[in-house]
Amino acid sequence: MPHPEPPIERPFQMQILRPDELLDAAQTLLADHDVGLGDTPSAHGRMQCAYALRDADGKLSVRYIVSQGANRPWGIWSVDAASGSLPSLANVLPLLGWYEREIQDLYGITFTDHPEPHPLVLHEGFIPSKPPLQTGFDPKAEPIRGHAEPFAEANMVGRDIQRLPFGLIRADVVESAQFVFHYIGEGILHYHPRLFYKHRAMEARFEGVPISTACVLAERVSGVDSVAHELAFSQAMEAALGWQAPLRAQVWRVILAELERLYNHLHYFGHLAKTTTLKVAEAEGIWLEEQVKQINGRLTGSRFLRGVIVPGGLRRDLDATGLAADLNALQPQIEDYLNTLANTRSYLDRLLTTGVLPRQVAFDQGATGPIERASDLDRDLRRDHGYALYPDLQFAVPTATEGDADARARVRDQEIRQSLHLIRQALNQLEPGAIRRTESTIDPAIDGMGLGWAEAVRGGLIYAVHWDAKAERLTRVKIKEPSFSNWRVFPFTVHDSNMMDYAINEASFGLSVAGADR
Amino acid sequence: MPLWTWFGIKKGRATTGWPESAGSDGQEGVLGLPKLNADLCTEGAQGCTNCVASCPSGAIALNGAGDQEQSIDLDYARCVGCQLCTETCPSGAFSPSDDWAFGVRDRADLSRLGRPAAPDKKLEEKWQKSLAGFGHSLHIRHVDAGSCNGCESEISALLNPFYNLHRLGIFFTPSPRFADLLLVTGPVTEVMREPLLRTFEAMPEPRWVMALGTCATGGGTNGGGYACHQGLDGILPVDIWLPGCPPNPAAIIEALLLLLDRRPQQVHGGRHDA
Repeated sequence: MPHPEPPIERPFQMQILRPDELLDAAQTLLADHDVGLGDTPSAHGRMQCAYALRDADGKLSVRYIVSQGANRPWGIWSVDAASGSLPSLANVLPLLGWYEREIQDLYGITFTDHPEPHPLVLHEGFIPSKPPLQTGFDPKAEPIRGHAEPFAEANMVGRDIQRLPFGLIRADVVESAQFVFHYIGEGILHYHPRLFYKHRAMEARFEGVPISTACVLAERVSGVDSVAHELAFSQAMEAALGWQAPLRAQVWRVILAELERLYNHLHYFGHLAKTTTLKVAEAEGIWLEEQVKQINGRLTGSRFLRGVIVPGGLRRDLDATGLAADLNALQPQIEDYLNTLANTRSYLDRLLTTGVLPRQVAFDQGATGPIERASDLDRDLRRDHGYALYPDLQFAVPTATEGDADARARVRDQEIRQSLHLIRQALNQLEPGAIRRTESTIDPAIDGMGLGWAEAVRGGLIYAVHWDAKAERLTRVKIKEPSFSNWRVFPFTVHDSNMMDYAINEASFGLSVAGADR
Repeated sequence: MPLWTWFGIKKGRATTGWPESAGSDGQEGVLGLPKLNADLCTEGAQGCTNCVASCPSGAIALNGAGDQEQSIDLDYARCVGCQLCTETCPSGAFSPSDDWAFGVRDRADLSRLGRPAAPDKKLEEKWQKSLAGFGHSLHIRHVDAGSCNGCESEISALLNPFYNLHRLGIFFTPSPRFADLLLVTGPVTEVMREPLLRTFEAMPEPRWVMALGTCATGGGTNGGGYACHQGLDGILPVDIWLPGCPPNPAAIIEALLLLLDRRPQQVHGGRHDA
């Protein structure tokens, strides 16, 4: 059986840019993409995220992570930000808008000509005179006290225009966030999701901690994405340290990641059925989810599959006995459920043409995961930047062209079937062997930086880690979280839609607030 | 066009009888919070602090190296159940366990330093008295004060056909005005503090508060720093503390029934009943 080939070169290329070279670089990236949008977008470049980095002397720089196309190394642009100001790229690459605002809030670097330069992560009324991460993070510090103040929002005044602030305490067991609608009758004129009530400074918590603690933190950024976070973090650490996880660990990583996709997607269908008022279909969806969570519990001791993946491999070995039988028993039920749902006219009526996300908007605003794939952007990190055992396995990447709620549901429907297929293939490759290897089999990164990624349930997840080899502590971790990306995209499908479709549209995106807020 | 009613009838019944009659609690194989057997700690006197160093949330305290009498404590209010202490302890003082029903009325019961390892009869009687006159079903208003969404995932699971919370006379309500219990998750971010307090104020009396999950009971790994408090302590009067990261649905049911005095408390003085 072929073992995944060790990467010969580093999985990313660093490029030092001057601030005045930034706009040109962004334009070039866009030009490259324009060529590609016609055929296979995964073959072409795309900006992923930007983050601020403080070096040992306290000097600030900004790093941009760029996907340079499938199976090509990632690009990293590093730009000195000691002057405290950089040109904003948000007018060229709109998906950067939120990253720049986050950097502005937390590190105090300003971005000139930013189209929406308002606070994002910190709320008005809670903004300290000194940006909280400019000089360092103290987990023992008292929180910045404040009182909520008005925030920048669309200025919509006119006869019959109503403003509805929905939440943040709102019906159901939901995550905290506020949604502000401007509407006339049933028609929504403008929609503004106010997030970051749950901002917990998760990235900053990694600063100064050893690997073992960081593993516990990574699993607690977005609980229902625990495996993807642990996997992306572990792979980033392995890149920084030159470690390679043994084969058995790679096999288990795939199984765990696909089990996570399975219970999340089943929950998604239960929720979608709820918003389309199908009580039995709701109950069946969340009952199937529960059954997968119980399988998770029996397999790993954790219903969220936590505490298994670690840099270098696995923390402890798992016993696959019974897993195949459990999934075999569940598969016909899952397929029957999905087929029945897909034949329910009242359900389809509510999903078809609801919340359309055009392909160009999906690309420009940074849509990822099932959301972008339902808008005809054929990208998937498991295939385009293969990791773990994925390059050795056969799987399809489902896509759709319509970009509506139905397309998003169909993509997830197919992904569930692919996940079951992947787990079965991986189980066939499970052979006894070592589960962890913690020596450098390739040269560790000189600057201690590592990049790791995973195609999480909700889309592309990237961890950039900065490791101090002497102190054996992390100095900085950036998490490019798929829900952060997709929350930015979501409003574009709500403007000019109607109130009755809102809940269905939101459910069809399947977002996590905890992941976005971090 | 499928008939969902028929689909449902064909599926039969999925609901467990637990905890009121025979049935599975659904937590086979699920790990709880680690068990501490302090008598087994032989290395501590020699200066071993592996457990303290390994704990990512500062839940373990080791006092009295050298001549003093040694004491070791695990504060479950801060424990996220990561199992690192069970892996690092050379003498087996910490071991993995399936103890997860950690709901308590007094936070002091989550640590060995606070209370003896026996039920406090006075506290129980006082509790029963405070419930007198409360005869109807329990209505819950949940507020997420900065969770990772793990707790919400398990709270939502209570409504799936397996746990079917409604059969126990417990419901979620959209408005705090109809709520008896405020169920809080997360370490309490500063921006959520005021909305949380206002939700509590909107509730009619008698009203109760449950801190659900280790973030809410003691901050866990996510409390503190510029954005977060260390859980509900000092912010709201808490009636039930339920650590766990996250507590599984059965643990939440145990805690809800503990509030209603329909199940006994299973943890006293930092020790889970055998």
